[in-house]
Amino acid sequence: MQLSRDALLRAYRQMKVIREFEERLHVDIQTGEIAGFTHLYCGQEAVAVGVCEHLSVEDKIVSTHRGHGHCLAKGCDVNGMMKEIWGSREGLCKGKGGSMHIADIDKGMLGANGIVGAGSPIAVGAGIACKIDGKGHVAITFSGDGACNQGTTFEAMNMAVVTKAATIFVFENNHYSEHTGFEYAVGTNKDIASRAEAFGMKVWRGDGTDFFSVFETMREVLEYVRVPGNGPAAVEFDTERFFGHFEGDPQRYRGPGELDRIREMRDCLKNFRKSVTDAKLLTHEDLDALDAEVLEAIEESVRQAKAADRPTAEDVLTDVYISY
Amino acid sequence: MAKMMYREAVVSTIAEEMARDENVVCLGEDIVGGMGTPGGPEAIGGIWSTSTGLFGKFGADRVIDTPISESAIMGAAAGLALSGKRPIAELMFADFIGVSLDQIWNQLAKFRYMFGGKTKCPAVIRMAYGAGYNAAAQHSQAVHQILTGMPGLKVVMPSTPDDVKGLLRTAIRDDDPVIFLEHKALYGMKGEVSDDPDYMIPFGHARLTRAGQDVTIVSTGLLLGFCEAVADKLAAEGIGCDVIDLRTTSPLDEETILDSVEVTGRFIVVDEAPPRCSLGADICALVAEKAFASLKAPPLSINPPHTPVPFARELETAYLPSVDKIEAAVRKVLSYR
Repeated sequence: MQLSRDALLRAYRQMKVIREFEERLHVDIQTGEIAGFTHLYCGQEAVAVGVCEHLSVEDKIVSTHRGHGHCLAKGCDVNGMMKEIWGSREGLCKGKGGSMHIADIDKGMLGANGIVGAGSPIAVGAGIACKIDGKGHVAITFSGDGACNQGTTFEAMNMAVVTKAATIFVFENNHYSEHTGFEYAVGTNKDIASRAEAFGMKVWRGDGTDFFSVFETMREVLEYVRVPGNGPAAVEFDTERFFGHFEGDPQRYRGPGELDRIREMRDCLKNFRKSVTDAKLLTHEDLDALDAEVLEAIEESVRQAKAADRPTAEDVLTDVYISY
Repeated sequence: MAKMMYREAVVSTIAEEMARDENVVCLGEDIVGGMGTPGGPEAIGGIWSTSTGLFGKFGADRVIDTPISESAIMGAAAGLALSGKRPIAELMFADFIGVSLDQIWNQLAKFRYMFGGKTKCPAVIRMAYGAGYNAAAQHSQAVHQILTGMPGLKVVMPSTPDDVKGLLRTAIRDDDPVIFLEHKALYGMKGEVSDDPDYMIPFGHARLTRAGQDVTIVSTGLLLGFCEAVADKLAAEGIGCDVIDLRTTSPLDEETILDSVEVTGRFIVVDEAPPRCSLGADICALVAEKAFASLKAPPLSINPPHTPVPFARELETAYLPSVDKIEAAVRKVLSYR
């Protein structure tokens, strides 16, 4: 471990923000106050944070329908995110995008995406732009074990190799594509990274419930892809989804005790806490203080979202074109 | 002014804009051609010769020959546009929107709106469309009616080399995603073209190509020439036709159409796509709704039938609107009392 105390605190805080942001959404969605479809990222925080802690605003990411974690990890404002999901005109996308379409181009966050598998081709374009600019920046696409079966993902992997795009394919294998098991839906040797390898990419694998595994793996991946001319790479992280495919999903596909077991054994926040306290890098008091601070920040974001301006009928008509 | 072909207007405009702005990049299948072959790069130069010479001038970073992966091409254009570049992506045949539509419709067209107006998406998607080559159902379609119905896209349909020059330059410099539809049967058309390096034709401004008092004919693309031939023939009989080239179907120049119908009271629209939910139906509805008091005859849309594009010469000829069919339609609206 080479991380400073500040870097460790920051990584923990980022993961905790995602966790509490979504645990709170889970509550507020049940009251009916938040409209629409919402897909929670809880359980996978170590991946988003372990990847994005390496990135600058010049590096791009492209996300998925399960995108809150990627957005927050890449630096999207918590209050702007909460307002967006509550449908406020003060939200990051003026209430026009909602949970599945949050973007913040200035932060290098090129959009969550409601279409499974649609992000990877976009990240190839962004990675070609990085290659042309030649400054060592990269574009990262997050995909799940569902998106790994989409043709767009295959096209994107091949095109990234052919064009030597500075693109990194991060596969988050949470074992469920919507409501279908990885064991059923991924027809090859139950290994997504080997698919990327077959396209000619250098690949890595890591434990997506362990921040340090993700962070150290990504250090190597990024060292490789940031070298101009090396082209793309891929990495698969094994991880867990603590909630259903969407909020309201009865999750009848889960095994007995499965959710309790993964919450107990495969929680990246618990794992992080144990690692850093066992190694005496941080104390429980340090982390408890952050927990309290984050809970208050999330509470504040909800207060702001509830009080924020609502969009009007006139707002429907703006932002379609720059000029028409 | 210089005389050049429609296809030459495409490639020369791209070259001029690439020289002017280093952020302009091209991508598509075989736009270089010959990559990875004994013949070497530019052994082909694009199957429509609309990218000939670009690779030699601008290099592999900016002239990106892609595998046959239409979704990835459209998606890469989207990613380039979000990353500060100005991509010009080519779909070899417009029919291939079928395999790439998500990236056009759900991504490119919607980014600005979904993201609350906080991004621009300056991508041009060029594609060759249209019947006339006996290329049958999957390589002959007009697709403007599909794309015109999608909020967030602009749709351009040049009918002459000069319009290619002025409209393509506008498309490349535009900050919204633009669909640029090039008719296959017009690639060899020759005409005078402006050589002003900043020559641009604004979108949403139709062009009156023939003037008359009796009938309004609206069209664009290949069929515009058919309409002009009919107007010229009827002029000899003392029948005057306004022929309006739409140039862009999104945005649509309603004013020019309605101003003409107010004078003529008789209206036909000639459209290369099938009739249901078509551009023709859309403009007939516009005229019925906004120029009702001026109408002396029902507005009429001339389209191919509600069938796929057929293969055999006799069948394709029967499928497409022809000069004879257009003339018959003009006489029909004239005969209405």
